[in-house]
Amino acid sequence: MTYKTDLPVMLPVTPREAEPFLRLSLWHAIPIAAVCIVGPSLAFAADGIAILSPLAVLANWAPLLLKGFVFNLVISISAMGLGTAAGAMLGLGQISPNRAMRGSSWFVTQFFRNAPWLVLLFFAMFLLPFEISILGLKIPFPDWFKAILGLSLPVMANVSEIVRGAVNSLPSGQWEAAESLAYTRRQTLWLIILPQCVKRMLPPWMNLYAILTMATVLASIVGVSEVMTLTGRALSAEGGRPELLAPFYGFVLLLFFAYCYPIARFTVRLEKKFSVIT
Amino acid sequence: MEFFFDWFRVLYDETGINLPFLYDSYDRNRMVNGFLTTIWLSLVCLFFSVIIGVIGAWLQGSSFKWTRRIVNGYIQIFRNTPPLVQLYFFYFAIGTLLPKVENDWGGQSPLLGSFAWAAISLSFFAGAFNVEIFRSGIEAVPKSTVEAAEALGFSKLMIYRDITLPLAFRVVLPALNNNLVNLVKTTTLAYAIAVPEMLYEANQIWSDNVNVTEMMIFLLLAYFALVGVLVSGMNRWERAMKIPGYG
Repeated sequence: MTYKTDLPVMLPVTPREAEPFLRLSLWHAIPIAAVCIVGPSLAFAADGIAILSPLAVLANWAPLLLKGFVFNLVISISAMGLGTAAGAMLGLGQISPNRAMRGSSWFVTQFFRNAPWLVLLFFAMFLLPFEISILGLKIPFPDWFKAILGLSLPVMANVSEIVRGAVNSLPSGQWEAAESLAYTRRQTLWLIILPQCVKRMLPPWMNLYAILTMATVLASIVGVSEVMTLTGRALSAEGGRPELLAPFYGFVLLLFFAYCYPIARFTVRLEKKFSVIT
Repeated sequence: MEFFFDWFRVLYDETGINLPFLYDSYDRNRMVNGFLTTIWLSLVCLFFSVIIGVIGAWLQGSSFKWTRRIVNGYIQIFRNTPPLVQLYFFYFAIGTLLPKVENDWGGQSPLLGSFAWAAISLSFFAGAFNVEIFRSGIEAVPKSTVEAAEALGFSKLMIYRDITLPLAFRVVLPALNNNLVNLVKTTTLAYAIAVPEMLYEANQIWSDNVNVTEMMIFLLLAYFALVGVLVSGMNRWERAMKIPGYG
Protein backbone atom coordinates (compact mmCIF):
# COMPACT_ATOMS: atom_id res chain seq x y z
CA MET A 1 0.00 0.00 0.00
CA THR A 2 1.45 3.38 -0.93
CA TYR A 3 0.18 6.80 0.04
CA LYS A 4 0.62 9.91 -2.03
CA THR A 5 1.72 12.68 0.27
CA ASP A 6 4.03 15.61 0.03
CA LEU A 7 6.10 14.31 2.93
CA PRO A 8 6.59 10.59 2.47
CA VAL A 9 8.01 8.64 5.39
CA MET A 10 10.26 6.63 3.11
CA LEU A 11 11.08 6.93 -0.56
CA PRO A 12 11.06 3.78 -2.68
CA VAL A 13 14.29 1.80 -2.33
CA THR A 14 16.23 1.34 -5.50
CA PRO A 15 19.16 -1.04 -5.48
CA ARG A 16 22.17 1.16 -5.75
CA GLU A 17 24.95 0.54 -8.18
CA ALA A 18 28.47 1.45 -7.28
CA GLU A 19 29.66 4.71 -8.72
CA PRO A 20 32.47 4.42 -11.21
CA PHE A 21 35.85 4.59 -9.59
CA LEU A 22 37.32 7.96 -10.64
CA ARG A 23 35.68 7.37 -14.03
CA LEU A 24 38.41 4.95 -14.95
CA SER A 25 38.52 3.48 -18.36
CA LEU A 26 40.44 0.42 -19.38
CA TRP A 27 43.64 2.18 -20.41
CA HIS A 28 43.95 3.69 -16.93
CA ALA A 29 44.74 0.19 -15.69
CA ILE A 30 48.18 0.33 -17.26
CA PRO A 31 49.67 3.25 -15.27
CA ILE A 32 47.97 2.03 -12.08
CA ALA A 33 49.41 -1.43 -12.62
CA ALA A 34 52.80 0.11 -13.14
CA VAL A 35 52.57 2.02 -9.86
CA CYS A 36 51.26 -0.98 -7.91
CA ILE A 37 53.94 -3.29 -9.15
CA VAL A 38 56.92 -0.95 -9.53
CA GLY A 39 56.33 0.73 -6.16
CA PRO A 40 57.03 -2.24 -3.90
CA SER A 41 59.71 -3.46 -6.27
CA LEU A 42 61.69 -0.23 -6.01
CA ALA A 43 61.56 -0.36 -2.23
CA PHE A 44 63.20 -3.77 -2.23
CA ALA A 45 65.38 -3.32 -5.26
CA ALA A 46 67.67 -0.81 -3.53
CA ASP A 47 69.94 -3.44 -2.01
CA GLY A 48 69.78 -6.17 -4.63
CA ILE A 49 72.49 -6.15 -7.26
CA ALA A 50 73.06 -9.80 -8.08
CA ILE A 51 69.41 -10.88 -7.87
CA LEU A 52 66.78 -9.65 -10.27
CA SER A 53 64.40 -7.00 -9.05
CA PRO A 54 60.86 -8.24 -8.26
CA LEU A 55 59.53 -6.42 -11.30
CA ALA A 56 61.95 -8.15 -13.64
CA VAL A 57 61.02 -11.50 -12.09
CA LEU A 58 57.36 -10.74 -12.59
CA ALA A 59 58.02 -9.73 -16.20
CA ASN A 60 59.67 -13.13 -16.71
CA TRP A 61 56.69 -14.99 -15.38
CA ALA A 62 53.93 -12.77 -16.77
CA PRO A 63 53.41 -14.72 -20.04
CA LEU A 64 52.90 -17.96 -18.10
CA LEU A 65 50.51 -16.30 -15.67
CA LEU A 66 48.57 -14.77 -18.54
CA LYS A 67 48.26 -18.22 -20.10
CA GLY A 68 46.87 -19.45 -16.79
CA PHE A 69 44.44 -16.57 -16.74
CA VAL A 70 43.21 -17.48 -20.22
CA PHE A 71 42.57 -20.98 -18.88
CA ASN A 72 40.48 -19.40 -16.10
CA LEU A 73 38.44 -17.60 -18.74
CA VAL A 74 37.95 -20.85 -20.66
CA ILE A 75 36.70 -22.53 -17.48
CA SER A 76 34.38 -19.62 -16.73
CA ILE A 77 32.89 -19.53 -20.24
CA SER A 78 32.29 -23.28 -20.41
CA ALA A 79 30.83 -23.41 -16.89
CA MET A 80 28.58 -20.49 -17.76
CA GLY A 81 27.40 -22.22 -20.94
CA LEU A 82 26.66 -25.49 -19.19
CA GLY A 83 25.11 -23.80 -16.17
CA THR A 84 22.91 -21.57 -18.29
CA ALA A 85 21.58 -24.47 -20.35
CA ALA A 86 20.81 -26.57 -17.27
CA GLY A 87 19.57 -23.57 -15.29
CA ALA A 88 17.15 -22.48 -18.00
CA MET A 89 15.56 -25.93 -17.97
CA LEU A 90 15.41 -25.92 -14.18
CA GLY A 91 13.92 -22.43 -14.17
CA LEU A 92 11.23 -23.46 -16.62
CA GLY A 93 10.62 -26.47 -14.38
CA GLN A 94 10.05 -24.07 -11.50
CA ILE A 95 7.16 -22.41 -13.33
CA SER A 96 5.70 -25.62 -14.73
CA PRO A 97 2.00 -26.28 -14.07
CA ASN A 98 2.90 -29.76 -12.83
CA ARG A 99 3.13 -29.67 -9.04
CA ALA A 100 5.70 -32.42 -8.61
CA MET A 101 7.91 -30.91 -11.31
CA ARG A 102 7.65 -27.48 -9.72
CA GLY A 103 8.44 -28.77 -6.26
CA SER A 104 11.44 -30.84 -7.28
CA SER A 105 12.89 -28.04 -9.42
CA TRP A 106 12.45 -25.65 -6.53
CA PHE A 107 14.22 -28.03 -4.18
CA VAL A 108 17.18 -28.63 -6.51
CA THR A 109 17.53 -24.88 -7.07
CA GLN A 110 17.48 -24.04 -3.37
CA PHE A 111 19.84 -26.87 -2.54
CA PHE A 112 22.55 -25.78 -4.95
CA ARG A 113 22.01 -22.10 -4.29
CA ASN A 114 22.53 -22.46 -0.56
CA ALA A 115 25.61 -24.65 -0.73
CA PRO A 116 29.00 -22.91 -0.77
CA TRP A 117 30.71 -22.89 -4.16
CA LEU A 118 33.85 -24.45 -2.76
CA VAL A 119 31.94 -27.37 -1.23
CA LEU A 120 30.18 -28.00 -4.55
CA LEU A 121 33.54 -27.91 -6.28
CA PHE A 122 34.90 -30.51 -3.86
CA PHE A 123 31.71 -32.46 -4.44
CA ALA A 124 32.31 -32.64 -8.18
CA MET A 125 36.05 -33.23 -7.78
CA PHE A 126 35.86 -36.20 -5.46
CA LEU A 127 32.61 -37.87 -6.38
CA LEU A 128 32.94 -37.95 -10.15
CA PRO A 129 34.96 -40.83 -11.55
CA PHE A 130 38.19 -39.99 -13.38
CA GLU A 131 36.83 -41.79 -16.43
CA ILE A 132 33.59 -43.37 -17.50
CA SER A 133 33.17 -46.17 -19.98
CA ILE A 134 30.18 -46.30 -22.27
CA LEU A 135 29.96 -49.42 -24.44
CA GLY A 136 33.61 -50.16 -23.87
CA LEU A 137 34.59 -46.63 -24.92
CA LYS A 138 36.57 -44.96 -22.17
CA ILE A 139 35.89 -41.24 -21.79
CA PRO A 140 38.42 -39.63 -19.46
CA PHE A 141 37.30 -36.95 -17.01
CA PRO A 142 40.28 -34.66 -16.48
CA ASP A 143 40.48 -32.34 -13.47
CA TRP A 144 39.61 -29.20 -15.37
CA PHE A 145 36.48 -30.81 -16.80
CA LYS A 146 35.33 -31.79 -13.32
CA ALA A 147 36.02 -28.24 -12.17
CA ILE A 148 33.79 -26.94 -14.97
CA LEU A 149 31.02 -29.31 -13.90
CA GLY A 150 31.47 -28.36 -10.24
CA LEU A 151 31.30 -24.65 -10.98
CA SER A 152 28.32 -25.03 -13.29
CA LEU A 153 26.20 -26.46 -10.45
CA PRO A 154 25.81 -23.19 -8.49
CA VAL A 155 25.54 -21.30 -11.80
CA MET A 156 22.68 -23.59 -12.77
CA ALA A 157 20.81 -22.85 -9.54
CA ASN A 158 21.34 -19.11 -9.87
CA VAL A 159 20.26 -19.03 -13.52
CA SER A 160 17.18 -21.01 -12.52
CA GLU A 161 16.26 -18.27 -10.03
CA ILE A 162 16.95 -15.57 -12.62
CA VAL A 163 14.63 -17.25 -15.11
CA ARG A 164 11.89 -17.73 -12.54
CA GLY A 165 12.22 -14.14 -11.32
CA ALA A 166 12.08 -12.74 -14.86
CA VAL A 167 9.00 -14.77 -15.80
CA ASN A 168 7.23 -13.82 -12.58
CA SER A 169 8.09 -10.15 -13.07
CA LEU A 170 6.05 -9.98 -16.25
CA PRO A 171 2.52 -8.71 -15.73
CA SER A 172 -0.01 -11.54 -15.70
CA GLY A 173 -1.94 -9.67 -18.39
CA GLN A 174 0.58 -11.02 -20.89
CA TRP A 175 -0.41 -14.59 -20.07
CA GLU A 176 -4.10 -13.77 -20.12
CA ALA A 177 -3.92 -11.90 -23.39
CA ALA A 178 -2.08 -14.80 -25.00
CA GLU A 179 -4.66 -17.22 -23.65
CA SER A 180 -7.51 -15.16 -25.06
CA LEU A 181 -5.79 -15.25 -28.47
CA ALA A 182 -5.85 -19.06 -28.22
CA TYR A 183 -2.11 -19.55 -27.87
CA THR A 184 -1.16 -22.85 -26.28
CA ARG A 185 0.97 -22.77 -23.17
CA ARG A 186 4.11 -23.68 -25.09
CA GLN A 187 3.47 -21.00 -27.70
CA THR A 188 2.81 -18.41 -25.01
CA LEU A 189 6.07 -19.28 -23.30
CA TRP A 190 8.27 -19.35 -26.40
CA LEU A 191 6.68 -16.57 -28.45
CA ILE A 192 5.50 -14.11 -25.84
CA ILE A 193 6.94 -14.57 -22.38
CA LEU A 194 10.56 -15.63 -22.94
CA PRO A 195 11.43 -13.01 -25.60
CA GLN A 196 10.39 -10.32 -23.13
CA CYS A 197 12.35 -11.99 -20.35
CA VAL A 198 15.68 -11.98 -22.17
CA LYS A 199 16.09 -8.27 -21.61
CA ARG A 200 15.36 -8.59 -17.92
CA MET A 201 17.61 -11.57 -17.49
CA LEU A 202 20.66 -10.12 -19.20
CA PRO A 203 21.98 -7.82 -16.42
CA PRO A 204 21.71 -10.37 -13.56
CA TRP A 205 23.11 -13.01 -15.89
CA MET A 206 26.16 -10.89 -16.59
CA ASN A 207 26.55 -10.21 -12.90
CA LEU A 208 26.54 -13.93 -12.33
CA TYR A 209 29.18 -14.35 -15.01
CA ALA A 210 31.45 -11.89 -13.23
CA ILE A 211 30.94 -13.77 -9.96
CA LEU A 212 31.69 -17.05 -11.70
CA THR A 213 34.87 -15.67 -13.25
CA MET A 214 36.03 -14.67 -9.80
CA ALA A 215 35.13 -18.12 -8.50
CA THR A 216 37.30 -19.93 -11.04
CA VAL A 217 40.34 -19.39 -8.83
CA LEU A 218 38.72 -21.83 -6.41
CA ALA A 219 39.78 -24.53 -8.86
CA SER A 220 43.35 -23.95 -7.69
CA ILE A 221 42.42 -25.36 -4.27
CA VAL A 222 41.43 -28.64 -5.87
CA GLY A 223 44.54 -28.77 -8.04
CA VAL A 224 43.64 -27.45 -11.49
CA SER A 225 46.63 -25.54 -12.87
CA GLU A 226 45.05 -22.17 -13.47
CA VAL A 227 46.46 -18.73 -12.70
CA MET A 228 46.53 -19.07 -8.90
CA THR A 229 48.26 -22.45 -8.98
CA LEU A 230 50.80 -21.13 -11.48
CA THR A 231 51.43 -18.09 -9.27
CA GLY A 232 52.15 -20.36 -6.33
CA ARG A 233 54.49 -22.47 -8.44
CA ALA A 234 56.26 -19.43 -9.84
CA LEU A 235 56.77 -18.09 -6.33
CA SER A 236 58.25 -21.33 -5.08
CA ALA A 237 60.41 -21.63 -8.18
CA GLU A 238 61.88 -18.24 -7.30
CA GLY A 239 62.80 -19.60 -3.89
CA GLY A 240 59.94 -18.10 -1.91
CA ARG A 241 61.38 -14.58 -1.71
CA PRO A 242 58.99 -12.60 0.50
CA GLU A 243 59.35 -9.37 -1.51
CA LEU A 244 57.90 -11.18 -4.55
CA LEU A 245 54.60 -12.03 -2.85
CA ALA A 246 52.98 -8.60 -3.08
CA PRO A 247 53.76 -7.96 -6.78
CA PHE A 248 52.68 -11.47 -7.83
CA TYR A 249 49.41 -11.57 -5.94
CA GLY A 250 48.82 -7.94 -6.88
CA PHE A 251 49.28 -8.90 -10.52
CA VAL A 252 46.62 -11.63 -10.24
CA LEU A 253 44.24 -9.21 -8.51
CA LEU A 254 44.84 -6.74 -11.30
CA LEU A 255 44.16 -9.29 -14.04
CA PHE A 256 40.79 -10.09 -12.55
CA PHE A 257 39.99 -6.45 -11.92
CA ALA A 258 40.81 -5.55 -15.51
CA TYR A 259 38.45 -8.27 -16.73
CA CYS A 260 35.56 -7.95 -14.26
CA TYR A 261 35.39 -4.18 -13.82
CA PRO A 262 34.38 -3.43 -17.44
CA ILE A 263 31.76 -6.20 -17.20
CA ALA A 264 30.37 -4.63 -14.04
CA ARG A 265 30.20 -1.18 -15.65
CA PHE A 266 28.56 -2.59 -18.77
CA THR A 267 26.00 -4.39 -16.60
CA VAL A 268 25.11 -1.15 -14.85
CA ARG A 269 24.66 0.55 -18.20
CA LEU A 270 22.42 -2.27 -19.45
CA GLU A 271 20.38 -2.16 -16.25
CA LYS A 272 19.77 1.54 -16.74
CA LYS A 273 18.85 1.01 -20.37
CA PHE A 274 16.45 -1.86 -19.70
CA SER A 275 14.99 -0.53 -16.47
CA VAL A 276 11.21 -0.56 -16.56
CA ILE A 277 9.71 2.82 -15.88
CA THR A 278 6.67 2.41 -13.67
CA MET B 1 24.12 -40.65 24.47
CA GLU B 2 26.83 -43.31 24.10
CA PHE B 3 24.18 -45.72 22.92
CA PHE B 4 23.15 -43.26 20.25
CA PHE B 5 26.75 -42.87 19.07
CA ASP B 6 27.32 -46.62 19.11
CA TRP B 7 24.33 -47.07 16.89
CA PHE B 8 26.27 -45.36 14.09
CA ARG B 9 29.14 -47.80 14.57
CA VAL B 10 26.62 -50.61 14.10
CA LEU B 11 25.27 -48.74 11.05
CA TYR B 12 28.78 -48.68 9.60
CA ASP B 13 29.30 -52.40 10.25
CA GLU B 14 25.95 -53.33 8.82
CA THR B 15 25.55 -51.01 5.82
CA GLY B 16 28.97 -49.45 5.19
CA ILE B 17 27.68 -45.90 5.77
CA ASN B 18 30.67 -44.49 7.61
CA LEU B 19 30.01 -41.48 9.85
CA PRO B 20 33.08 -41.43 12.10
CA PHE B 21 32.33 -37.92 13.39
CA LEU B 22 29.44 -39.49 15.31
CA TYR B 23 30.87 -42.69 16.78
CA ASP B 24 34.54 -41.78 17.13
CA SER B 25 35.18 -39.28 19.91
CA TYR B 26 38.38 -37.90 18.30
CA ASP B 27 36.66 -37.21 15.01
CA ARG B 28 33.63 -35.91 16.84
CA ASN B 29 35.76 -33.31 18.63
CA ARG B 30 37.34 -32.27 15.34
CA MET B 31 33.98 -31.86 13.66
CA VAL B 32 32.46 -29.95 16.56
CA ASN B 33 35.48 -27.65 16.67
CA GLY B 34 35.25 -27.11 12.94
CA PHE B 35 31.56 -26.31 13.20
CA LEU B 36 32.18 -23.85 16.03
CA THR B 37 35.06 -22.24 14.12
CA THR B 38 32.80 -21.74 11.11
CA ILE B 39 30.13 -20.16 13.29
CA TRP B 40 32.65 -17.98 15.11
CA LEU B 41 34.31 -16.88 11.87
CA SER B 42 30.89 -16.11 10.38
CA LEU B 43 29.84 -14.07 13.40
CA VAL B 44 33.08 -12.07 13.50
CA CYS B 45 32.83 -11.36 9.77
CA LEU B 46 29.12 -10.51 9.99
CA PHE B 47 29.83 -8.03 12.76
CA PHE B 48 32.79 -6.30 11.12
CA SER B 49 31.28 -6.28 7.63
CA VAL B 50 28.17 -4.54 8.94
CA ILE B 51 30.37 -2.03 10.80
CA ILE B 52 32.35 -1.41 7.61
CA GLY B 53 29.09 -1.01 5.71
CA VAL B 54 27.69 1.53 8.19
CA ILE B 55 30.88 3.58 8.35
CA GLY B 56 31.49 3.36 4.59
CA ALA B 57 27.97 4.50 3.81
CA TRP B 58 28.47 7.48 6.11
CA LEU B 59 31.78 8.37 4.50
CA GLN B 60 30.21 8.08 1.06
CA GLY B 61 27.82 10.86 2.01
CA SER B 62 30.75 13.07 2.99
CA SER B 63 31.15 16.45 1.39
CA PHE B 64 34.86 15.83 0.66
CA LYS B 65 35.36 14.64 -2.88
CA TRP B 66 38.40 12.52 -2.02
CA THR B 67 36.72 10.68 0.84
CA ARG B 68 33.97 9.61 -1.53
CA ARG B 69 36.51 8.65 -4.17
CA ILE B 70 38.51 6.49 -1.77
CA VAL B 71 35.38 4.69 -0.58
CA ASN B 72 34.31 4.13 -4.19
CA GLY B 73 37.74 2.81 -5.02
CA TYR B 74 37.59 0.41 -2.08
CA ILE B 75 34.17 -0.84 -3.19
CA GLN B 76 35.16 -1.36 -6.81
CA ILE B 77 38.43 -3.09 -6.02
CA PHE B 78 36.91 -5.50 -3.52
CA ARG B 79 33.84 -6.24 -5.62
CA ASN B 80 35.70 -6.95 -8.83
CA THR B 81 38.51 -9.19 -7.65
CA PRO B 82 38.22 -12.80 -6.48
CA PRO B 83 37.84 -13.15 -2.70
CA LEU B 84 40.31 -16.03 -2.70
CA VAL B 85 43.04 -13.89 -4.24
CA GLN B 86 42.24 -11.14 -1.74
CA LEU B 87 42.65 -13.69 1.02
CA TYR B 88 46.02 -14.84 -0.35
CA PHE B 89 47.09 -11.24 -0.81
CA PHE B 90 46.28 -10.39 2.79
CA TYR B 91 47.66 -13.58 4.29
CA PHE B 92 50.83 -14.06 2.24
CA ALA B 93 51.72 -10.61 0.93
CA ILE B 94 50.70 -8.34 3.78
CA GLY B 95 51.09 -10.97 6.50
CA THR B 96 54.77 -11.45 5.74
CA LEU B 97 55.44 -7.70 5.78
CA LEU B 98 54.18 -7.38 9.35
CA PRO B 99 56.66 -7.74 12.22
CA LYS B 100 56.91 -11.06 14.00
CA VAL B 101 56.26 -11.44 17.72
CA GLU B 102 57.82 -13.81 20.20
CA ASN B 103 55.46 -16.56 21.29
CA ASP B 104 55.27 -18.49 24.57
CA TRP B 105 57.92 -20.99 23.53
CA GLY B 106 60.45 -18.33 22.65
CA GLY B 107 60.03 -18.81 18.90
CA GLN B 108 58.93 -16.30 16.29
CA SER B 109 55.34 -16.33 15.16
CA PRO B 110 53.44 -13.99 12.86
CA LEU B 111 51.59 -11.09 14.40
CA LEU B 112 48.24 -12.28 13.04
CA GLY B 113 47.27 -15.89 12.52
CA SER B 114 45.33 -17.40 9.66
CA PHE B 115 42.01 -17.01 11.45
CA ALA B 116 42.58 -13.28 11.96
CA TRP B 117 43.54 -12.77 8.31
CA ALA B 118 40.53 -14.74 7.14
CA ALA B 119 38.30 -12.58 9.33
CA ILE B 120 39.88 -9.35 8.08
CA SER B 121 39.83 -10.26 4.41
CA LEU B 122 36.28 -11.66 4.37
CA SER B 123 34.99 -8.68 6.37
CA PHE B 124 36.44 -6.27 3.83
CA PHE B 125 35.01 -8.34 0.97
CA ALA B 126 31.48 -8.46 2.40
CA GLY B 127 31.80 -4.89 3.70
CA ALA B 128 32.24 -3.58 0.16
CA PHE B 129 28.81 -4.94 -0.71
CA ASN B 130 27.31 -3.72 2.56
CA VAL B 131 28.37 -0.12 1.89
CA GLU B 132 26.27 -0.11 -1.29
CA ILE B 133 23.36 -1.75 0.49
CA PHE B 134 23.32 0.77 3.34
CA ARG B 135 23.77 3.63 0.92
CA SER B 136 20.64 2.59 -0.98
CA GLY B 137 18.71 2.60 2.30
CA ILE B 138 20.02 6.03 3.27
CA GLU B 139 18.95 7.44 -0.06
CA ALA B 140 15.43 6.20 0.64
CA VAL B 141 15.17 8.49 3.67
CA PRO B 142 13.45 11.64 2.42
CA LYS B 143 15.34 14.91 2.54
CA SER B 144 12.53 16.50 4.53
CA THR B 145 13.13 14.12 7.44
CA VAL B 146 16.80 15.08 7.57
CA GLU B 147 15.91 18.77 7.26
CA ALA B 148 13.43 18.45 10.11
CA ALA B 149 16.15 16.92 12.28
CA GLU B 150 18.55 19.70 11.29
CA ALA B 151 15.94 22.26 12.29
CA LEU B 152 15.73 20.58 15.70
CA GLY B 153 19.46 21.12 16.17
CA PHE B 154 20.74 17.58 15.60
CA SER B 155 24.38 17.38 14.56
CA LYS B 156 25.41 15.52 11.41
CA LEU B 157 26.57 12.46 13.33
CA MET B 158 23.42 12.43 15.48
CA ILE B 159 21.20 12.62 12.40
CA TYR B 160 22.99 9.66 10.87
CA ARG B 161 23.01 7.62 14.06
CA ASP B 162 19.54 8.38 15.41
CA ILE B 163 17.42 9.15 12.36
CA THR B 164 18.78 8.07 8.99
CA LEU B 165 20.36 4.77 9.97
CA PRO B 166 17.46 3.30 11.99
CA LEU B 167 15.06 4.09 9.13
CA ALA B 168 17.46 2.88 6.47
CA PHE B 169 18.31 -0.29 8.37
CA ARG B 170 14.74 -1.54 8.22
CA VAL B 171 14.37 -1.19 4.47
CA VAL B 172 17.73 -2.73 3.60
CA LEU B 173 17.35 -5.82 5.78
CA PRO B 174 16.28 -8.11 2.88
CA ALA B 175 19.30 -7.08 0.78
CA LEU B 176 21.58 -7.31 3.81
CA ASN B 177 20.19 -10.76 4.52
CA ASN B 178 21.19 -11.90 1.03
CA ASN B 179 24.70 -10.60 1.42
CA LEU B 180 25.18 -12.15 4.85
CA VAL B 181 24.09 -15.54 3.51
CA ASN B 182 26.75 -15.14 0.83
CA LEU B 183 29.27 -14.26 3.51
CA VAL B 184 28.56 -17.43 5.48
CA LYS B 185 29.09 -19.44 2.31
CA THR B 186 32.31 -17.56 1.57
CA THR B 187 33.83 -18.55 4.93
CA THR B 188 34.69 -21.89 3.28
CA LEU B 189 37.50 -20.04 1.50
CA ALA B 190 39.35 -19.89 4.82
CA TYR B 191 40.10 -23.54 4.09
CA ALA B 192 42.76 -22.33 1.66
CA ILE B 193 44.85 -20.76 4.43
CA ALA B 194 44.30 -23.68 6.81
CA VAL B 195 41.81 -22.14 9.18
CA PRO B 196 40.35 -25.22 10.94
CA GLU B 197 36.75 -24.58 9.91
CA MET B 198 34.13 -27.09 8.89
CA LEU B 199 35.34 -27.84 5.35
CA TYR B 200 38.93 -28.18 6.59
CA GLU B 201 37.99 -30.60 9.37
CA ALA B 202 35.75 -32.57 7.04
CA ASN B 203 38.68 -32.84 4.66
CA GLN B 204 40.87 -34.16 7.48
CA ILE B 205 38.25 -36.72 8.43
CA TRP B 206 37.72 -37.98 4.90
CA SER B 207 41.46 -38.19 4.38
CA ASP B 208 41.71 -40.45 7.45
CA ASN B 209 38.63 -42.55 6.85
CA VAL B 210 38.16 -42.51 3.07
CA ASN B 211 34.46 -41.67 3.32
CA VAL B 212 34.27 -38.73 0.92
CA THR B 213 30.65 -39.32 -0.09
CA GLU B 214 29.24 -39.35 3.42
CA MET B 215 31.26 -36.34 4.54
CA MET B 216 30.28 -34.38 1.41
CA ILE B 217 26.60 -34.99 1.95
CA PHE B 218 26.97 -34.11 5.61
CA LEU B 219 28.79 -30.89 4.69
CA LEU B 220 26.11 -29.83 2.24
CA LEU B 221 23.40 -30.50 4.80
CA ALA B 222 25.34 -28.70 7.52
CA TYR B 223 25.71 -25.56 5.40
CA PHE B 224 22.10 -25.86 4.37
CA ALA B 225 21.14 -25.88 8.04
CA LEU B 226 23.48 -22.99 8.92
CA VAL B 227 22.11 -20.82 6.13
CA GLY B 228 18.57 -21.83 7.07
CA VAL B 229 19.06 -20.77 10.68
CA LEU B 230 20.55 -17.43 9.58
CA VAL B 231 17.73 -16.75 7.10
CA SER B 232 14.95 -17.61 9.53
CA GLY B 233 16.61 -15.55 12.26
CA MET B 234 16.96 -12.56 9.96
CA ASN B 235 13.37 -12.90 8.79
CA ARG B 236 12.16 -12.99 12.37
CA TRP B 237 14.23 -9.92 13.18
CA GLU B 238 12.83 -8.17 10.11
CA ARG B 239 9.29 -8.80 11.33
CA ALA B 240 10.14 -7.71 14.87
CA MET B 241 11.72 -4.47 13.66
CA LYS B 242 8.85 -3.60 11.38
CA ILE B 243 7.03 -0.40 12.30
CA PRO B 244 3.43 -0.46 11.11
CA GLY B 245 2.85 2.20 8.46
CA TYR B 246 6.53 2.63 7.56
CA GLY B 247 8.20 1.10 4.59
